[in-house]
Amino acid sequence: MNLILEPWPWYISGPLIALTMAILILMGKRFGMSSNLRTLCAIGGAGKLAGFFKFDWKAQRWNLLVALGVLIGGFIAQNFLSPNDAVAISENTITKLNTLGFKDGGQAYMPQALFENKVFSNPKNLVLLILGGFLVGFGARYAGGCTSGHAISGLSNLQLPSLIAVIGFFVGGLIMTHLIFPILF
Amino acid sequence: MKSILYLLIGTFFGIVLFKSEAASWFRIYEMFQFDSFHMYGIIGSALALGILFTQITKRKGLKSFFGEKIVIADKDKSFYRYAIGGVCFGLGWALAGACPGPMYVLVGAGYLPILVVLAAATLGTLFYGLIKSKLPH
Repeated sequence: MNLILEPWPWYISGPLIALTMAILILMGKRFGMSSNLRTLCAIGGAGKLAGFFKFDWKAQRWNLLVALGVLIGGFIAQNFLSPNDAVAISENTITKLNTLGFKDGGQAYMPQALFENKVFSNPKNLVLLILGGFLVGFGARYAGGCTSGHAISGLSNLQLPSLIAVIGFFVGGLIMTHLIFPILF
Repeated sequence: MKSILYLLIGTFFGIVLFKSEAASWFRIYEMFQFDSFHMYGIIGSALALGILFTQITKRKGLKSFFGEKIVIADKDKSFYRYAIGGVCFGLGWALAGACPGPMYVLVGAGYLPILVVLAAATLGTLFYGLIKSKLPH
């Protein structure tokens, strides 16, 4: 039981992610998290605005249930399986974060500056959260998938398009982290 | 019955994402700094087993639990949509520190600001749908 309460090492977590994909495929479905956002748009009536959202969203109900499960999993893991949720990131990273002004590296699960409720009274960081989310949603649909759909499912199926997308993910991530973060923070 | 199964699979996956720390903003930052093997180990080992599973499934023509033939569709061939869309996604992934799966996890874990990120991601999806025909694919 103690092992479950500790952070899970990569060689346990990675195979369990592969298992998640395998079960979904064996149920005749696909492993992809971002398409739920398109379904949400369709449920909200976006079909009136663009043909992209005119589809039978009820056929995607199964994936919304998976997403709801993911949310429940987050609740269970945070409240019952993580007596200490500080993330033991490397010393190097902690030093770099300090330079940027993030003082809680290695002591928390998420940085306070962005994910504590006080962000609601910090317009700059609030705008950054909006921008980050917007780019994730826009980019995932433009590229036709996110980390689960391309980096795991697509690459597992040896798809060249997924390789292009994943290289794009990393190019974008490296530009943000190395070139834009020093300006933003 | 099937509904409960999907909910349980999601719950399992959500716990894995949280406990693996793949849902932590700090881990994503660390990954893009190449300071730890952790995230690469997660993605790499998931991928190694994923390739094995997917290739066996395709070559043996496995059937689903419900007896249907499993079809794993190929992605449409193209360059621009994957390259440009991918870079946009990566910029957002590093900034928000969360891709869609972890966003749902963090809502459940009780980080209220992630609701802003999730709402913005939904708007980003909507925006894509609105301007899709004007973008290079």
